[in-house]
Amino acid sequence: MTQKILLKDINVPGINTFDVYRKQGGYAAVEKALKTMSPDDVVEEVKKSGLRGRGGAGFPTGMKWSFLAKPEGVPRYLVCNADESEPGTFKDRYLMTHTPHTLIEGMIVSSYALGANTSYIYVRGEMMPQIRILEKAIAEAKNAGFLGKNILGSGYDLEVYVQPGGGAYICGEETALLESLEGKRGNPRIKPPFPAIAGLYGCPTVVNNVESIAAVSWIVVNGGDEYAKIGIGRSTGTKLISASGNINKPGVYEIELGLPVEEFIYSDEYCGGIANGKRLKAVVAGGSSVPILPANLILKLANGQPRLMSYESLSEGGFATGTMLGSGGFIVMDEDSCIVRNTWNFSRFYHHESCGQCSPCREGTGWMEKVLHRIEYGHGKMSDIDLLVDVAKKIEGNTICPLGDAAAWPVASAIRHFRDEFEWHVKEPNAAMEGNYGLANYADPIPVVETAN
Amino acid sequence: MSEKVKVTIDNIEIEVDPGTTILNAARMIGGDIVPPAMCYYSKLKGSGGKCRTCLVKVSQGSAKDPRPMPKLVASCRTTVMDGMIVQNITSPEVIEARKGVVEFLLINHPLDCPVCDQAGECHLQDLSFEHGKDQSRYEFKRRTFEMIDIGDNIKLHMNRCILCYRCVYTADQITNQRVHGVLGRGDASEIGTYISKAIDNDFSGNVIDVCPVGALTDKTFRFKNRVWFTKPVDAHRDCDKCCGKVTLWYKGEDVIRVTGRKDQYGEVDEFICNTCRFDKKKTNDWTIDGPTKVSRHSVISANHYEEKELLPVIDRKIL
Ligand SMILES: Cc1cc2nc3c(=O)[nH]c(=O)nc-3n(C[C@H](O)[C@H](O)[C@H](O)COP(=O)(O)O)c2cc1C
Ligand code: SF4
Ligand code: SF4
Ligand code: FES
Repeated sequence: MTQKILLKDINVPGINTFDVYRKQGGYAAVEKALKTMSPDDVVEEVKKSGLRGRGGAGFPTGMKWSFLAKPEGVPRYLVCNADESEPGTFKDRYLMTHTPHTLIEGMIVSSYALGANTSYIYVRGEMMPQIRILEKAIAEAKNAGFLGKNILGSGYDLEVYVQPGGGAYICGEETALLESLEGKRGNPRIKPPFPAIAGLYGCPTVVNNVESIAAVSWIVVNGGDEYAKIGIGRSTGTKLISASGNINKPGVYEIELGLPVEEFIYSDEYCGGIANGKRLKAVVAGGSSVPILPANLILKLANGQPRLMSYESLSEGGFATGTMLGSGGFIVMDEDSCIVRNTWNFSRFYHHESCGQCSPCREGTGWMEKVLHRIEYGHGKMSDIDLLVDVAKKIEGNTICPLGDAAAWPVASAIRHFRDEFEWHVKEPNAAMEGNYGLANYADPIPVVETAN
Repeated sequence: MSEKVKVTIDNIEIEVDPGTTILNAARMIGGDIVPPAMCYYSKLKGSGGKCRTCLVKVSQGSAKDPRPMPKLVASCRTTVMDGMIVQNITSPEVIEARKGVVEFLLINHPLDCPVCDQAGECHLQDLSFEHGKDQSRYEFKRRTFEMIDIGDNIKLHMNRCILCYRCVYTADQITNQRVHGVLGRGDASEIGTYISKAIDNDFSGNVIDVCPVGALTDKTFRFKNRVWFTKPVDAHRDCDKCCGKVTLWYKGEDVIRVTGRKDQYGEVDEFICNTCRFDKKKTNDWTIDGPTKVSRHSVISANHYEEKELLPVIDRKIL
């Protein structure tokens, strides 16, 4: 059994209410921070913890906080990114639904650390149930004196507001989120300036993911050093993983970073193995934006060592043989999954969600989608495959925000690792249309893994 | 003024004020090393960064931190650092990326130059001539739109819009009521007015001048003539709304178009009002300043011959 931090009380009945959460020791972090620590002390603990942003990029949270500009007389803001729209990622809404006070407590402690007196939780508009849950939790915390004026007599004031977004994936990108929060069209801003200098309404702002903020309370109560002991290397602490696809037990799991990928997929504590006794074909380990890996490369590094669920191990080998931990959306594909169809599906998503500001992403995402569509529907040409690689390359790194990369990587990596399957789709369109993309069809079988050991 | 910073662009060194962008530093040097710009417009705050035609490689970030920047950067939005080394035309990677951008832009911008009123003044035409191939690899249906009138004097042909946002910034910054903007997302974005409103205010005509392609055109000039058959002349008048400094475009004796005066990068020096642009089309409305200086290489200068040796004239009547 690995240590649980965020979901440790998830099975306690009524944990979504203030009273039960408090009885379980909740809001101790607020008491400790406001009564015994200075804001800088809290920042220091978070730095020591080694906590890295759980929204995707994995940037050290404490370091991000220390970049926050503190000009006199200018308000600062903490904005919680609860937009969560990455296909395959559903961990933040799980946390908000079941244990909303974990987030509210984290919001209070983090806002205190940053000197913010107004904070926002920006939630994807479709998540109405979660919005209501959070609003109720905020009201409960306020009634109990943990929000509002002069919290616990400390002299510190804080209001937390929930803001529903319009439901666009791009509004999860931190600067587009700020635009949206200001009531404008959610187009990413050109950086610099970074939000830490000029964010919401031009004021210094920190944008953090739900999971990152939720982890702060435990760090304050137990100390950054204790947190840093959990996990592996520079991947400290625990991580929520949303596991989906062809596995026996899809769901949200809290793992200690450093868990072997093989154990995550096959052990009963987590995914419980591949559904219907099928074999593993591929995994998208960190949400739809990260490169897909074939079975052999997700389970083992190129040197044969086991691959671990950590920032470093998953990215080991660069994009040639590695991928990224991303937002922790772990999508498992069995031997019957069609890589072309899956890639087209992702591509459809990015095409639909591009904001359209910059030419490579605006035009390139649609182009890739159309080419993939025609390959999948049996009208592809061999030259389409290299065309896709080239279009992806022309988008990658050349756009304003990382959505361009997110659109390019799934396509480039699918072709890198499963070119045979793309070629086979072109050569045997009828068989492919009938769903015969099973392993027998390849001259050069794709690597699959029989069983776990 | 604080100390100057030294930046090297394509092996040419220049000292500029801190805060200058790479693009503007390159413009100070001039010539072929100046990156092309489709969305940046020096007179419009916040413009730039979108089209990605001005991408350059920063092979040394600064003297203090000599590491290269990991990705190509938009030169119009990246400020120089002391000791920065930039590659534009000396970087194959940049040229390749720019070709890519041109190919992307041409997906939804037909090269209908033979019929487009912007021919001769179109930045995308120049860009595709310099970087494009004669064939696009894009084989799918292009999007099409009906042309629409937005106001009495302006026509929008969305087929040609490359979503540079310049017209939006213009309307935002120099008119007092912006009624048009970008609708939709991704490659379904379009410039539009909210529920068929007209763009109708004293400075609205400037959106025509800033449009780098033929998407927004002047209805009073459309199809009156090819730009290279007109004669541009600088002129001014006393105007209570704007600077009153314009270029008059003559066809024979007639003024067929009035625009703001443009610099060598195709940007207007100062925005002008609609009265000057649309209502003052007679020579005696203006004080003529002299012929407009046009680069010898510009298509606009095509019919402006320097006075050369006169051709021999035959006196005798030929029977
Ligand atoms: C297109 C796009 C969508 C994103 N969506 C989310 C999201 O839904 N939630 C999130 O926390 N971060 C998202 N991010 C990452 C944020 O920009 C930002 O890095 C993150 O919220 C920072 O929080 P962290 O430091 O705690 O990870 C997205 C980024 C991009 C480019
Ligand atoms: S990369 Fe795509 S989503 Fe990001 S700013 Fe450019 S067009 Fe918009
Ligand atoms: S209409 Fe012209 S100026 Fe406006 S966004 Fe399109 S191309 Fe740019
Ligand atoms: S001119 Fe720089 S990105 Fe458009």
